[in-house]
Amino acid sequence: MAIQTLILLIPILPLFGSVLAGLLGRQIGRSGAHWVTILAVLGAFALSCVVAYEVFLNDLPVLNYTVYQWAVVDGFNFEVGFLIDSLTALMMVVVTFVSLMVHIYTIGYMHDDPGYQRFFAYINLFTFAMLMLVMANNFLQLFFGWEAVGLVSYLLIGFWFKKESAVRANLKAFLVNRGGDFGLVLGVAAVAFYMGSLDYAEVFSKIPEVNGQTISLVAGHEWSVMTVICICLFIGAMGKSAQAPLHVWLPDSMEGPTPISALIHAATMVTAGIFMVARLSPLFEQSATALTFILIIGSVSALFLGLIGVVQNDIKRVVAYSTLSQLGYMTVALGVSAYSVAIFHLMTHAFFKALLFLGAGSVIIALHHKQDMREMGGLARLMPITAATAWLGSLALIGFPFFSGFYSKDMIIEAVKASDRVGSGFATFAVMAGVVVTALYTFRMLYLTFHGPSRMDADTQAHAHESLWVVTIPLVLLAIPSVGIGYLTIEPLLFGGALADAITVAPGNDVVAKLSQKFHGAFAFGLHGFVTPVFWLAMLGVAIATYVYLFNIKVAEQAKTRLHWLWNVLDRKYGFDEFYQKGIAGGSLSLAYLLSTWFDARLIDGALVNGAARWVGRLSAISRRLQTGFVFHYAFTMIIGLVALLASFVWLR
Amino acid sequence: MTEWPLLSLLIWLPIITAVVIVAIGNTYASLVRPLALLGALVVFALSIVLYLGFDSGTAAYQFQERTIWVEAFKIYYHLGVDGLALPLVLLTTLVGVLIIVGGWGIEDRPHLYLAAFLVLEGLMVGVFTAMDALLFYVFFEAMLVPMFLIIGIWGGPNRIYATIKFFLFTFLGSVFMLIALIWMYLQSGSFQITDLHDLPIALNAQILIFLAFLIAFAVKIPMWPVHTWLPDAHVEAPTGGSVVLAAVMLKIGGYGMVRFSLPITPDASAALDWLVIGLSLVAITYIGFVALAQSDMKKLIAYSSISHMGFVTLGLFLAFAISRHTGELTGAGLGVSGAMVQMISHGFISAAMFSAVGVLYDRVHSREISSYGGVANIMPWFAVFAVLFFMANSGLPGTSGFVGEFMVIIAAFHANFWFAFVAATTLLLGAGYSLWLVKRVFYGEVGSHTVASLKDLNRREWVVLATLAVFVIGVGVWPFPLIDMMDASITQLLDHIMESKLR
Repeated sequence: MAIQTLILLIPILPLFGSVLAGLLGRQIGRSGAHWVTILAVLGAFALSCVVAYEVFLNDLPVLNYTVYQWAVVDGFNFEVGFLIDSLTALMMVVVTFVSLMVHIYTIGYMHDDPGYQRFFAYINLFTFAMLMLVMANNFLQLFFGWEAVGLVSYLLIGFWFKKESAVRANLKAFLVNRGGDFGLVLGVAAVAFYMGSLDYAEVFSKIPEVNGQTISLVAGHEWSVMTVICICLFIGAMGKSAQAPLHVWLPDSMEGPTPISALIHAATMVTAGIFMVARLSPLFEQSATALTFILIIGSVSALFLGLIGVVQNDIKRVVAYSTLSQLGYMTVALGVSAYSVAIFHLMTHAFFKALLFLGAGSVIIALHHKQDMREMGGLARLMPITAATAWLGSLALIGFPFFSGFYSKDMIIEAVKASDRVGSGFATFAVMAGVVVTALYTFRMLYLTFHGPSRMDADTQAHAHESLWVVTIPLVLLAIPSVGIGYLTIEPLLFGGALADAITVAPGNDVVAKLSQKFHGAFAFGLHGFVTPVFWLAMLGVAIATYVYLFNIKVAEQAKTRLHWLWNVLDRKYGFDEFYQKGIAGGSLSLAYLLSTWFDARLIDGALVNGAARWVGRLSAISRRLQTGFVFHYAFTMIIGLVALLASFVWLR
Repeated sequence: MTEWPLLSLLIWLPIITAVVIVAIGNTYASLVRPLALLGALVVFALSIVLYLGFDSGTAAYQFQERTIWVEAFKIYYHLGVDGLALPLVLLTTLVGVLIIVGGWGIEDRPHLYLAAFLVLEGLMVGVFTAMDALLFYVFFEAMLVPMFLIIGIWGGPNRIYATIKFFLFTFLGSVFMLIALIWMYLQSGSFQITDLHDLPIALNAQILIFLAFLIAFAVKIPMWPVHTWLPDAHVEAPTGGSVVLAAVMLKIGGYGMVRFSLPITPDASAALDWLVIGLSLVAITYIGFVALAQSDMKKLIAYSSISHMGFVTLGLFLAFAISRHTGELTGAGLGVSGAMVQMISHGFISAAMFSAVGVLYDRVHSREISSYGGVANIMPWFAVFAVLFFMANSGLPGTSGFVGEFMVIIAAFHANFWFAFVAATTLLLGAGYSLWLVKRVFYGEVGSHTVASLKDLNRREWVVLATLAVFVIGVGVWPFPLIDMMDASITQLLDHIMESKLR
C-alpha cells in the first residue's frame, strides 16, 4: 500500500466510524457502536505509528501533497492536502493514542447513558477533525479542522443537553472561541492578501517579500505586516488554547462528560493553538513584537489562572485550571522561540493530564457523579489503582525529577531564563512562581480526594469501589508515558533535531541551542533536577499542601477568613466571567434590543415606511375630495388650469 | 439535445403543469399532488440536462433562443444562460421540487397552492434566463402576482398588511428600473441586455441609472434600510412561501446587480461603490444585532437572511475598491465568486431553516421561541438537522455557509483591513443568534406538554431536510464544481466593468 493511501486512511477511518455510529446507531446497537469506533481509532493509531516510525526512524522525507482541489478562483488555489513531517507525525500519534484510551474508557464511563452511540459518534468525529487539523498543509484546512473540533467540543459540552448549565457552557465555549476565530480569520485573510496563497510552503517562501512591509490600520500609524498577521493568528490560538482573557470557556466546559474533558479539553483540542504557532514558526520568527505579546499572555495565564485552581472544590475544575496554567507554560515556550520545547510539553502534558482527568472521572463514577472534593477523602484504600495512577500523574504535573512533566517543564523554565526577549524577566518570575502554585493545587487535590478522613456520606461510602477494567486499563496505559516519555524523548526531540524539519528558529533566537551546551543526557539532567531551585519551589508547594490538607485543615479555613479579599478575587476568577456576562453579552443584548425596537421597528418601519404610507393616505384623502364626480367641478378645474398655463406663458416668457 | 428549446421548457413546463392542475383540481383532486411533483421533477431533471450540456470554459451565453416578440419596440423573446445564471436556475428547480414535497400536507385548495408555486418557478427561471431587458422586467413583475397570492391567501393573520407592504416595496423599486430601461432604449434602440452592456453612457446619466437599478434591486435583496418588508412577509407567509422567498427571490436582487448595475453602469458603480459597501457592512452588523433580539423564529431567520445578503452586495462591489487600493484586480474575483456562492448557499440554508420552522409550526402553531424548549429530547432526528443548518448559517467550515463568507472576507481584506474587520463580526453575531436559538428551542428540559407530545420527522420532511443537508455539506466540502461553473463569466464580468463606458 502506498504511503499516501495509508495516510489518507488515518482520518477517514474515524470519520467512517463516526458516520456509522451516528446515523445507524440504533441498528448496530451499543456494542456495535463502540466496536466500530474503537476499531476505527485503533486503526488510525496503528497507521499513525507506522507513519511516525517512517518519519522518525526511517528518515521518510517530508511529504507535502494535495488530496483534492477545493476550489480554484482568482489565482488562488484552495486545496485539501497533507503535510507529513515530524511535527505532524508526533501529533498524530499523541492524538490517536489518547483518543484510543478515551474510547475504551468511555465504555465504562458512559455505560448507563442513553446517548451511548451518540457519544461514540462524537468522539470519533472529533478524532477525524483533530487529525485534519494537524495534518493540514494549508490555512484553509487548518481552519476547517479548527472549527470542526470546536463544533464537536460544542456538541460534547452540551452532551447532556437537558442540563441548563451544560447548554449555557457550550454556547459560551463556542462564542468565546468564535471571538478568537475572529482574529484567526483576519490573520488568514491577511496571509492571503500579502502572500497570495494559503499553502504553508508557498506562504513561507513569500516571507522575504513581505518582511518590512507596513500596514496603516489607523491613519498615521504604520504597523509591520508580519506583526499584524502574527498577532491576529495568535488571537485565534488564544481562543482555542484558552489563554487569558479568552480562557473563560474552558472551566465551564467541564459540564461535559469527563472522557471528553480528558480528550478535548486537556490533551488535544486545546493544544491546537500551541500546535498552530509551532507549525507557523517561520512566520512568528519574523516578529519580535508578536512573540513578546505571546510571552506575556502565556506568563499571565501560567501563573494567575493556576492560582484560581487553589480555591476550586470541584475536582474537575481543579484539573481544568491546571490545564489553563499548563497551556500558559506552553505559550511561554512559544514566546521565547522554544517551539520544540512547547511541543515537548504539549506531548507530556497530553499524557499526564488525560490521565488525571480520567482518574478524576474514575472517582466520579465511584461516587455516583459527585464531584465536590469536600465530600471525598480517603479514597486511596477503596480505589488503589486510580489513586496510584493519580499519584503518578500528579508527580508528572508538578515536575518531579525523572517524570515526563519534569523534563518538559524544566526545559521551559530554562529556556525562559536563557532568553533575552522583552518580557522574559516577568515570564521567569511567572513560571517559577507557577511551580509553587502547581504543586499546591495538585497535592491539595490528591489529599482531599484520596487521603485524610473520609467525608463521604455513608451510602456513597458503602458503594464506592475501584472502577471496571475498561476504566483502569487506560489509566495504567496512560501512566506509563506520563512517567517515562520525557526521559526517553527529550534528547531526540529537543537536541537531536527530530523536529528540525518542521520548526524554524532564527539564529539569534535559538535558546534551545544554548541549552544544548548544558545538557548532558536525560539521566544527568534528572539527577541535577534534585538540586535546582525549581525543585525546592515545587517541594515548598507540596509541603504547604501536606501540612494544610493532611494535618491541619483548619489552617485552610483560617486563611480563607483572614485573606478573604484574596480568596474572593480568586473565587470570582478576577471578575472575567462577570465582565463577559454583564459587559459583553449583556451589552450586546441591550444594543440588540435598542436597535431592534427603536431603529428598526419605530424609526425605519414606523416613522419612515408606515409614516410614508400614512402621508400617502392623507394626501389621497384630500385628493379624493377633489374627485367629487360632478362634471361642473372638473370643468371648473380645467378652466383654472388652462388660465394658469396661459398666465405662465405670459409671465415666464 | 441542443436542438431542444431547453430554457423555454424550464419556464413553460411548470406553468403548463400549473394550468392543468388548476383545471382538473376540483374533479380529480387526488391527482393534483402527484402531478405537481411529476412536473417539478421533470423540470429539475431538465435543468440537470442543462447543467450537463453547459460548457463552463466560456463566458458566452449558451442554450440561446431568440424570436421577435414586439416588433415595434424590438423586444425579443431572447433566452440564454451563462455561468452567473446557471447556478441560480439549478437552485430554482431544486427548490421547486422541495416546495411541492413540503407543501404536500396543505389542505386548503391544494391545487391552487401548488399551481401558484409552479407558476412562480417558471417565472423565476424566466428572470434568470432572460436576455432581453424588457422580458426580464416582465418576468420580474409577473413574479409578484403568485407570491402575492401565496401570502395573501395561505398566509397568517396579518397577511394583508404584509402582502401590501411586500407588493408596494418591490413594485415601487422596479418602476425606477423600468424608467431607466426605457431611457436606455431611447439611446440605443435596443432592449438586448448585451447591447446595454456595450452602450456608452455619460457619468451623470450612469449615476441616475445606477440609482434606479439600486432601488429596484436593493429592495429585492433586501439591503438596509429598505428591508423592513421582508420580516413581515416571512412571518405571514406559509412555509413554502418563506422558503421560495428566501431561497430564490432574494437572489434576484443580487442577480440584477451582476447582470444590470455593474456591467451597464460600471463608472457609476465605481463612483458609488462606497454607498453599497457601507450599506452592506451596516447590514452585516446592525442587522446581526437586530436578529439577536428577535423572539419570533421566522423573524430571526429573516433578519439573518438580510445580514447574509450583506455579504452578497459587499462581495459584488469590492472590485473597484481593490483596484484603487492595490492597483490590481487580484481578489476582486474572490469577491464576486464569494457573493455568488453565498447566494446559492443561502438558498439551501434558508430553505432548510424555514422548512425546519415549518416542521415545528405545523405541529405547535407557534413561531415564538419561548413556546419551545427541549425539542431535541422528543425529536432527535429533527434536532440533528436543525443543529446542522443553524451551524451552517453561522458559517461553519465544511458547510456551504462558510465558503462564500470566507471568500468575501478575504476579498474585503484586499480592499481595506476595516472592511474585512467589520465583515468578520459575522463570525460572532451569526453564531450568536443562530446557536442561541438552537439553545432555547432544542436544548434544555422539555418546555411544555405540547413539546412533549411532538412526533419526530415524517418521511416527507425527512426527504426535504436530508436533500438540503446533502447540498449544504456537498458545497461546503467540495465547492469546486459550483465555482468552476461561474468562473469564466465572472472573469469576463470583471474585465468588462474595469473598462470605462465614458466616451
